[in-house]
Amino acid sequence: MAERTFRVWRGDKTGGNLVEYKVDMDKGMVVLDVIHRIQASQASDLACRWNCKAGKCGSCSMEINGKPRLSCLTRMNSFKEDEIITIKPLKTFPILKDLVTDVSWNYTQNKRIAPFKPGPRDKDGQYRMYQRDVERVQEFRKCIECFLCQNVCHVLRDQDKKDKFVGPRFMIRLASLEMHPLDTEDRIEKVRTEYGSGLCNITKCCTDVCPEHIHITDNAIIPLKERVVDRFFDPIAIILHKIFGKKKS
Amino acid sequence: MDINEIQTIDHDVLVVGAGGAGIRAAIECAQLGLNTGMISKSLLGKAHTVMAEGGVAAAMGNVDKRDNWKIHFRDTMRGGKFLNQWRMAELHAKQAPDRVRELEEWGAVFDRTPEGLINQRNFGGHRYPRLAHVGDRTGLEIIRTLQDFCIHKGIATHMECTGLDLLLDDGKVAGMLGYWRETGRFVIFRTKAVIFATGGGGRAWQITSNSWEYTGDGLGMAYRAGAELIDMEFTQFHPTGMMWPPSVKGTLVTEGVRGEGGLLLNNKGERFMFKYIPEKFAAETADTVEEATKWLKGDKNARRPPELLTRDVVARAIKKEVEEGRGSPHGGVFLDIASQRPADYIKKKLPSMYHQFIELAEVDITKEAMEVGPTLHYFMGGIRVNADTQATNVPGLFACGECGGGMHGANRLGGNSLSDLLVFGKLAGEGAADYIKKSSQGKIDAPQATAIIRQATAFLNREEGLNPFVVQEDLQKVMQQLVGIMRLGTELQKALSEIERIKKDIEKVKAHASPQFNPGWNAAIDLNNLIVTAEAVTMAALTREESRGGHSRIDFQGEREEGLTYNNIIKKNPNGKMQLRKELRSAPPPRIG
Repeated sequence: MAERTFRVWRGDKTGGNLVEYKVDMDKGMVVLDVIHRIQASQASDLACRWNCKAGKCGSCSMEINGKPRLSCLTRMNSFKEDEIITIKPLKTFPILKDLVTDVSWNYTQNKRIAPFKPGPRDKDGQYRMYQRDVERVQEFRKCIECFLCQNVCHVLRDQDKKDKFVGPRFMIRLASLEMHPLDTEDRIEKVRTEYGSGLCNITKCCTDVCPEHIHITDNAIIPLKERVVDRFFDPIAIILHKIFGKKKS
Repeated sequence: MDINEIQTIDHDVLVVGAGGAGIRAAIECAQLGLNTGMISKSLLGKAHTVMAEGGVAAAMGNVDKRDNWKIHFRDTMRGGKFLNQWRMAELHAKQAPDRVRELEEWGAVFDRTPEGLINQRNFGGHRYPRLAHVGDRTGLEIIRTLQDFCIHKGIATHMECTGLDLLLDDGKVAGMLGYWRETGRFVIFRTKAVIFATGGGGRAWQITSNSWEYTGDGLGMAYRAGAELIDMEFTQFHPTGMMWPPSVKGTLVTEGVRGEGGLLLNNKGERFMFKYIPEKFAAETADTVEEATKWLKGDKNARRPPELLTRDVVARAIKKEVEEGRGSPHGGVFLDIASQRPADYIKKKLPSMYHQFIELAEVDITKEAMEVGPTLHYFMGGIRVNADTQATNVPGLFACGECGGGMHGANRLGGNSLSDLLVFGKLAGEGAADYIKKSSQGKIDAPQATAIIRQATAFLNREEGLNPFVVQEDLQKVMQQLVGIMRLGTELQKALSEIERIKKDIEKVKAHASPQFNPGWNAAIDLNNLIVTAEAVTMAALTREESRGGHSRIDFQGEREEGLTYNNIIKKNPNGKMQLRKELRSAPPPRIG
């Protein structure tokens, strides 16, 4: 099949530029196949992360023609036949080399979140939860940590407020803990004061890029913001909270 | 070279690999008070455990109360064609339920039964519904649960760090030498014990469900350190890998599709599996479409459909159908769930399969059949370990998960891998902790470290040489063609001589440019382990003159009684050559015999 032209960003923390490659196409190829073909035949030192090649591990995130995507799920036939394809690393994180960025900040955020703390088991040693109650948590747990949502979040990408907001990925992590039927920890105060829920202005860019189609804004961030409002700005709820402590919902 | 200039990190124990087994082992070590380090070639949470889809096998009896550990043990031994290390299968069946409940306590959210308990689904070779699951993304749930739990346990997680070789002091583990992928700089881990949880070596084949990471690193490093490998001839070809498009050929299609009622059809529309029911399984396999349909509708007296026979049986049947001209357009067969379940149900129960086929193949599995065929998926064989402690014959070296051998015998049942990595990950942690109590830190030997570094940097220092990716592909072709799903003595002989040729090629490989995040150099280094893996599989396959489980010989069809009397053990001899011996098996004690 035909040859196509690609521009791939090559460089490291000191700088870099787009390098042009011509690659032969086969049927059914995805952008990650193109990268592999360049590695095997033209530039064996072209750096790129990947693992499962099936959209399940979230390793191969990059910006393809300006759109943050998983390269293993970006089919070549989704582009116009004569379109030149430009592949760049994620912009929000520091460059290590070529298409590989330093995403360690994300791992640090996860550590800051108080872990799951279950209540006691039932008398027979079992935990009981019902399917209808776990489904909303299961939606968040589909997250493959590709960090595309972090990459497009304006607070992180444009305003660079990584010290003030944990980003959409960890808002869904917080939501998955707060909405877990067995969890007894209370993270709502920190959602406001430390994790920066107030900074999100719900433009839903994160939801748009999520390869797992998680409704990040509607189902995680907005409900967390509501819990913050109920706790800190609703006088009746404040009194109830003072009397009864954490109310699970 | 002055090794004092190399960065040195001290731990009591280093876990190599951060998939399910590695993280579970590291958690156990940390909880037992050890200074624990963990390295992984990839980022945390990206290991192949995320690809496990169908579920984790544990006889909890939440869905069918008749289930218990003895039946799980029996199923595992039967699936493994009775070649399993029975003590491992016993420990596994007994401890799996506790390991699953423990995950729930750590935050895992499994699908529920109507009574609010962990739901369990049917799977190939399991007598009762036994697999705890989360739709078809169970592996992701497990690794994320372990990951989120382990980060609060004080484990030093060193991401994107590759192990090169063990450092020994008088034959016992004193540490390990590795390198940071980001910078290419070397690092010495000075430790009393090392636990390998490095997975298998599927990358030695062309069509595999495994990612770039699975280059038999633990197998190669353990072998070079003098450890024994067991059952290496038993490689599992998962019956259902994707067949099209070419770039995803081999990507896994979960057995859960068949567990939920999916049919295997040839190009004549026949449910061909009815023709391939082995005698041993005849008593509990439906032999008519009517009975199979009743089973799917929940009739507990109906027998299981033949699509749920063990993986080795199904994979061979598919190969035969294709060979006899009844295959699908791209060389597989059809897997049809669309005619068996409503679209909403499929999307609910198999969401990631639905997305995988839409995104990668533009096939809507709620409307059309999938094309599937066998793909190299799993190593039953691996580093030989003590069942209770996961200790190898090298003092201070432990192994668990896929890189350990013996638990699954000749064939692994689906769902027994996620339970294996939990059960034996924990036992490896305990084993290492016990060992460390009685041992002291060995000395780091400078000449050993220097030799390892020289070998790694030689790829970079050559003026010219072979492309590492081309050499890797060469090996993959040899293994795919000559050491595949159906094996022949003459072809295995030929494979061994091809492997000798490729060994020489590896010495001529050149990696271009600097060592910083250099996939070419990384691939060159991996070849050292991939070649050990390939040679061990081929040698063991040549020795076993029968067909059993994941190992099928065209020239020795069917199981032979002699085959049940021994396991193949591979070890490096004093001259540095690979040597194989047949070791006689001991009978299990009467309590489980």
